[in-house]
Amino acid sequence: MSTVLEQPTLADRAALGGDAAATDSAAADAHARRARRERVLRWVAPIAIALAALGLWELVVWWNDVPHYILPGPSLVAQSLVEDWGTLSGSLLVTLQVTFMALAVAIVGGVGLAVLFSLSKWVELSLFPFAVVLQVTPIVAIAPLILIYVDSTQVALLICAWIVAFFPILSNTTLGLNSADHNLQNLFELYGANRWQTMRFLRLPAAMPYFLGGLKIAGGLALIGAIVAEFAAGSAGTGSGLAYRILEAGYRLDIPRMFAALVLISLTGIAIFLASSLLSHLLLRRWHESAVKRES
Amino acid sequence: MTVDVLARRSTTPKPTLVELQGVHKTFANGTVALENLNLAVGEHEFVSLLGPSGCGKSTALRLISRLAGLSAGRLVWSGEVAVGDIGFVFQEPTLMPWASVFDNVYLPLRLQRMSRRAVGARVDEVLDLVGLREFSNAYPRELSGGMKMRASIARALVTEPKLLLMDEPFAALDEITRFRLNDDLLRLWAGRRFTVVFVTHSVFESVYLSERILVMAARPGRIVEEIRVDAPYPRDDAFRTSEPYNAWCREASAALKRAMGES
Repeated sequence: MSTVLEQPTLADRAALGGDAAATDSAAADAHARRARRERVLRWVAPIAIALAALGLWELVVWWNDVPHYILPGPSLVAQSLVEDWGTLSGSLLVTLQVTFMALAVAIVGGVGLAVLFSLSKWVELSLFPFAVVLQVTPIVAIAPLILIYVDSTQVALLICAWIVAFFPILSNTTLGLNSADHNLQNLFELYGANRWQTMRFLRLPAAMPYFLGGLKIAGGLALIGAIVAEFAAGSAGTGSGLAYRILEAGYRLDIPRMFAALVLISLTGIAIFLASSLLSHLLLRRWHESAVKRES
Repeated sequence: MTVDVLARRSTTPKPTLVELQGVHKTFANGTVALENLNLAVGEHEFVSLLGPSGCGKSTALRLISRLAGLSAGRLVWSGEVAVGDIGFVFQEPTLMPWASVFDNVYLPLRLQRMSRRAVGARVDEVLDLVGLREFSNAYPRELSGGMKMRASIARALVTEPKLLLMDEPFAALDEITRFRLNDDLLRLWAGRRFTVVFVTHSVFESVYLSERILVMAARPGRIVEEIRVDAPYPRDDAFRTSEPYNAWCREASAALKRAMGES
């Protein structure tokens, strides 16, 4: 509505003389150059450091003649990754399946339960302790029990991954649902909104940033849960996920393959994190402070 | 000619729209917010509640809108009150940050299950009234403070309420924006003929806007004085610098001072 003059007007510049204008544009050029350099460096610097670290690792292994069953160099790990890709990719798929199914169930269950909690104080009071117990009990400790009680190893893995993934979604979404602006709540009341409308148009959108924060944590935890459960299932299980490959490679002293499986797990974790960050950014960029670019 | 007609209307008693009779309000923690509050608001009237903070001005608005219940006394409406008959404007714009300006203004109608297609034109019309039509698709964070407040007012007006309750709506704005919104509000009020109950702690604002000022004292909250501002509408900058305006401001200031002395 109002125009704010942040830049000196043309008249001002003319008054300052041509020199001042020239310096001005030179300064702007320098600023643009600096910005461009920073954009490039943002990518180049971490990649360069990572390559240097890998190079150092390779060098140390080669220089000290470290046997490959103790510490393989990155080149050997890469080679193993390529050669064993047939087995490893199958295992990756199994682990991914458990992770994403657990995450999906955690999202549905976590959000559903959070909605239930926010609708009824009594449900929250009576069920929240269970959620906390599930959360604080180390998954490694209960995984063997779950594996005994549940016939299908696949389902047991799923349950383990779900237990660790669902709590951050539940607690974050509950917090979000309860943090809708009070005056907006008054407004909804004034216009006779029913519970469903308040949930749909006010509380769920208000909870969105909190839910997405929970999702970011839950994504990584689902993967960790799946891996931990696979370890607990061990060689006795019929599972052939990445953790099982690590165990198997350990028994055979096939350390390069162990590293290869480890690399795949890390990459999966990174991919999940990036995907949830991107989702969060896309959903919030128009309105939430966390995703909106600051004007400087 | 027109001015004369308006001036006469502002002095003739109007049929009562809503009335608080002997109202007490005690909060759960035992604080007495309002004591024996009697307040009648006429149809199409512009009334200000003026008082220091903590005198229960906002509580009075919440009681009238039934967002809060009375501890004792009566709330009497002259007729049936339907959903949408009361508009509320808070001190903060209180917009949904995740929704566009259009969707924010559309909200009260949406909650009454009116489809976007059926009432879209109505929403656009109100946005036109407050000068935000071209910002229909903008999000609240992209607007200035004054524009957010306009959107908030548009939302309150979209249901064509009989009564508009405003709780220090312009207190957080800079003075230039506030003056402009004061004028906009008077323009809307002149056109629409709804009733306004306006809570403020600004003497100048209350004199500029209202036909009647009710001065409140705190602890416990009650009305201690009533000032009639018999100046004709439309009011503009000329009124803001006129001698009668100054006289009313002096009178209201003195009343406010007495009220603060009493609490």
